[in-house]
Amino acid sequence: MNVMSPTTRRAGASFGDPALLRRAALDAFRKLDPTTLIRNPVIFVTEVVALLVTLLAGRAAMQGLPWSFQAGIALWLWLTVLFATFAEAVAEGRGRAQADSLRRSRSEARAKVLLRADDRSLFQVRDATELREGEIVLVEAGDLIPSDGEVMQGIASVNEAAITGESAPVIRESGGDRSAVTGGTLVVSDWLVVRITAASGRTFLDRMIALVEGASRQKTPNEIALDILLAGMTIIFLIAVASLVGFASWNGTPPSVPVLAALLVTLIPTTIGGLLSAIGIAGMDRLVRFNVLATSGRAVEAAGDVDVLLLDKTGTITFGNRQAAGFIPAPGVEERAVAEAAMLASLADETPEGRSILTFARDRHGITAPVLPADARSVPFTAQTRISGLDLPGQGSFRKGAVDALAKSLGVPVPPTLAAAVERIARQGATPLAVARDGVILGAIELKDIVKPGIRERFQALRGMGIRTVMVTGDNRLTAAAIATEAGVDDFIAEATPEDKLGYIRKAQAEGRLVAMAGDGTNDAPALAQADVGLAMQTGTQAAREAGNMVDLDSDPTKLIEVVEIGKQLLITRGALTTFSIANDVAKYFAILPAIFVASYPELMALNIMGLKSPESAILSAVIFNALIIVALVPLSLRGVRYAPIGAAALLRRNLLIYGVGGIAAPFIGIKLIDMLLTLLGIA
Amino acid sequence: MTLIGWAQIALVLGLAIAIAIPLGHYMAAVAGGRVTFLRPVERLLYAAGGIDPARGMSWKGYALAMLATNAAGFVLLYLLLRLQGMLPLNPQGFDGMSPWLAFNTAVSFVTNTNWQAYNGEAAASYLSQMAGLAVQNFLSAATGIALALAVTRAFVAGGVKELGNFWADLVRMTLYVLLPLAIVLGLAFVALGMPQTLASYVQATTLEGVTQTIPLGPAAFQIAIKHLGTNGGGFFGVNSLHPFEGPDAIATSLQIIAQAIIPFGLALTFGRMVGDVRQGRALLAVMLIFVVAATAIIYSAEAGGNPLHIAAGVDALQGNMEGKDIRFGQALVALFTATTTGASCGAVNAMFDSFMPLGGVVPMFLIHLGEVLPGGVGSGLYGMLVFALLSVFVAGLMVGRTPEYLGKKIQAREMKLAMLAVLVLPAVILGFASLSMVLPFAVSSLANAGPHGLSEMLYAYTSAAGNNGSAFGGLTADTPWLNTTLGISMLLGRFAYVVPVLAIAGSLALKPRAPESAGTFPTHGPLFVGLMAGVILILGGLQYMPSIALSPLAEHFSMLAGKTF
Repeated sequence: MNVMSPTTRRAGASFGDPALLRRAALDAFRKLDPTTLIRNPVIFVTEVVALLVTLLAGRAAMQGLPWSFQAGIALWLWLTVLFATFAEAVAEGRGRAQADSLRRSRSEARAKVLLRADDRSLFQVRDATELREGEIVLVEAGDLIPSDGEVMQGIASVNEAAITGESAPVIRESGGDRSAVTGGTLVVSDWLVVRITAASGRTFLDRMIALVEGASRQKTPNEIALDILLAGMTIIFLIAVASLVGFASWNGTPPSVPVLAALLVTLIPTTIGGLLSAIGIAGMDRLVRFNVLATSGRAVEAAGDVDVLLLDKTGTITFGNRQAAGFIPAPGVEERAVAEAAMLASLADETPEGRSILTFARDRHGITAPVLPADARSVPFTAQTRISGLDLPGQGSFRKGAVDALAKSLGVPVPPTLAAAVERIARQGATPLAVARDGVILGAIELKDIVKPGIRERFQALRGMGIRTVMVTGDNRLTAAAIATEAGVDDFIAEATPEDKLGYIRKAQAEGRLVAMAGDGTNDAPALAQADVGLAMQTGTQAAREAGNMVDLDSDPTKLIEVVEIGKQLLITRGALTTFSIANDVAKYFAILPAIFVASYPELMALNIMGLKSPESAILSAVIFNALIIVALVPLSLRGVRYAPIGAAALLRRNLLIYGVGGIAAPFIGIKLIDMLLTLLGIA
Repeated sequence: MTLIGWAQIALVLGLAIAIAIPLGHYMAAVAGGRVTFLRPVERLLYAAGGIDPARGMSWKGYALAMLATNAAGFVLLYLLLRLQGMLPLNPQGFDGMSPWLAFNTAVSFVTNTNWQAYNGEAAASYLSQMAGLAVQNFLSAATGIALALAVTRAFVAGGVKELGNFWADLVRMTLYVLLPLAIVLGLAFVALGMPQTLASYVQATTLEGVTQTIPLGPAAFQIAIKHLGTNGGGFFGVNSLHPFEGPDAIATSLQIIAQAIIPFGLALTFGRMVGDVRQGRALLAVMLIFVVAATAIIYSAEAGGNPLHIAAGVDALQGNMEGKDIRFGQALVALFTATTTGASCGAVNAMFDSFMPLGGVVPMFLIHLGEVLPGGVGSGLYGMLVFALLSVFVAGLMVGRTPEYLGKKIQAREMKLAMLAVLVLPAVILGFASLSMVLPFAVSSLANAGPHGLSEMLYAYTSAAGNNGSAFGGLTADTPWLNTTLGISMLLGRFAYVVPVLAIAGSLALKPRAPESAGTFPTHGPLFVGLMAGVILILGGLQYMPSIALSPLAEHFSMLAGKTF
């Protein structure tokens, strides 16, 4: 498996999907309901102001006064609100499309409820929705598992495509770490007796649908803090604009309400206010597309803050099975001869280790394995002999096996230099195998757990982000240290017990660090619960899945790294658009201030550095820019700002340049262009 | 502008920084209780007050102690000002102040504002000056520094509840910092010719044969603390423009240095106390950027002169000398003005009312920015820290982590309190000023029509709420409306701001201090300095742009168009 590329991604609706946009456009109008919109103070204020200006325009029209300018402002203020609600609707719509595909696979199944747990022949067929926690059901080949549960008896292959999107069936059995089953998945062979752990409506699938749909969405801590900042800024600008009434009346007439409304709405942070919830929903959505489910947005945010990653060695850092990594010849023997003998000794060996020897011999020495001759006689491995091999008539007899066992069975001593090399290999945590041809030990094969390619660079990148990686392994210290050095982790926990993991997490947290870990076993559950981000594997036990705050449907612990990146991306997107939104205000002042005071102080037109055509077009252009920028930034908020692991200082410099300096410059250009267009069309 | 002028500015500012560096580190030692040369006096004071200096206070305890002290100070000062006519040390026989004026003045000195709706030489007895105003100059300055220390301690460690002991901070800052500096500076001022006497005013006959009263008094040492404590309340009515309060360029330079060193130094104290001097240097750099830029704008606007006068044949080389004295010159006036308004001091050595519009907008805008550049003693630092939190919050997310400053996460509670504090200034300044512009009895205090009149009113509330105390001039401030509302502005500007800030400190102190890593938002380099300057300008200043456009900017562009009011 290539760790550099993410595994399966759930296909989702793209931003440009017309059906999705149609539905979002409708939802955008439904979301105008002020009782729900009040959750978003910036946009709520915009709606109130839009309503006010609409009424004023209506009154002016009825009184036969000029009203088109006021109506124009009112229109664009409404559009500002609508664009904001539309952004949220699009983000939700994408989640809903996924939820629909999940719902289709939800179990409408019948449950075979066992009357006695130990008797599979006596059951009552009931509707799955009536199941209660603790009931025991039988599921046979062809049945849908009616609800989440724990396997009590039996072993079966289960197709979990409904949840994971992966069609290859997995094995579920009682005991151990593969005992959890999920409602809505299909038993393909054999049977299981399952104790139900979640009543209908509270199953994994139900929760997943709710999460993806955003039904149970709550504001995350950062979002709340940001909301307070935005609300505060809104109040400050309300005061600033309202105070103008008094100031302006001192020397001339105060600007009209629609003009003040335009000033207010362009100054308050409508851009980030309008996109904030869309950014949050899209962040969750990115995780879902990545086949990871977070129980809350809070967990996704915490992922961005993680300082320490606890990674299991096996399967995450290494491939988890031993592979050939070197041939060590005995004195006077060519390495190639050892490779050839090792290859032939492994020709009939179907284990992954045996295969790896063939692959290594081919890659290192260009020795292609021949087709197994019909007259060859294989010597299978047994626990007693600890030797395997092949007798090839005419070519010789080839053996490989544990060094001492092979030497003993052949009755020959191990050459001293080879013995030293073998000991060195063992010390480094690898496994040496001796290779013999026709009773002569030619050398040894080094088998070791191979560190995944590219993982070292990943850890390097994580270090650049300020994240320490810690390898957790059951190996002894020496072995662990060797692999830790090779993989380039910052720290390791050797001979780790579940208590060690928990202790390590607690210690790191006491130092003010946030910890993420992945786990699947029941004994991982306490650590998963303690960690700030606990990524449970879908194939793991129910206890682990309950304890973590994220579930990886692909059960790939390496994804913890991507989860961190997605968390960071979410925070970065929020920060970038906040900065952009606030920086925009500078240009709006230059557009609007000279325009609104033109009656009292025509000399202030000196501030009209953009050379906007007329006061009306200046005000309208600023309002239009303010509305359009929301729509323009919807794709970015859904996609997220690109994240690169280049360290905080470099990241800040880059984003400050793009969104800070860019945020100051963009509206100067945008407002000028809109003004030119308005002039061209003769609107203002 | 001349090279000599710029050299003066560079010299004086350079001296201020050179003194601030060791002073900053010294103040950190004082704050930590490591300076002990007056230990017996300290012990005596603690024993008299029944104080255990080692007992830490929570943010609430600290806030209550601070409020109680200041409330007591207010009551004493109010009574003194009201009753000064019956009290000794009143050679000129001044009557007690009116209730409105006594309220305004007492609030003003307690809040370190030193807005003066009275004329020192015509309304305050020597007792009021010495036992009332001068005492508050020390007390309000020490209060400000103590508050800054309390807020600083929130960043020092993690998981603590206490922010220090208010009484101990107050005593130590007075004994070890303010008093020694004031004694040295006061002696220098006496040497430069400022009076320090209890004798009554002198009657002199001028060359023209007219009798003139020359006011005297115990001035030199009070003027010393007036600058050191960024109080700014002049002993005499025209403040440092008075020949006894600002006798020459050396005295005015010393005053500039005196009003800048503690605010500058406290930034470095902060860095020292949190264990990373670079953090303090970054804050100081932000302050200096604004001081230098403000000085340059004032200097160029004033030295450039009034185009209408120049067109009428006035020598352009003079620049705009109205309201300025040639013994100081344009350059020292520009630097004095930038530091006195940037530093929340409020002393003046020229009349802002007579500045060019662009010269006049700078002092006003510096106060609008929150009195943090460098801000008053203590208040500058804690105001600066609020801006640091806001900067980190706005841009910090851009590095992909929950915003944190010095390892302390900034979350909803801190934001709520920060916004509460930040809202106070615009609400008070714009609210009262806007209201006053439509009230006939309020606008009757204005001396000028047009945008300049608006500037006068806006400046008054800006100065009061910002606890600056300088006057734009041209405003008859001793009226019940202005005395009362300006007094309220001062109270809110000081206490409604600092209590939420203390609450932030209390909340941050409890949080663990996350260790720094490559993923941490860097808050010490030029990048952060630039970011913070931008945030101060945009978040601190943008809300005032519409009103400024209507006052000095409108005046400026009208002037360029040849229009007067």
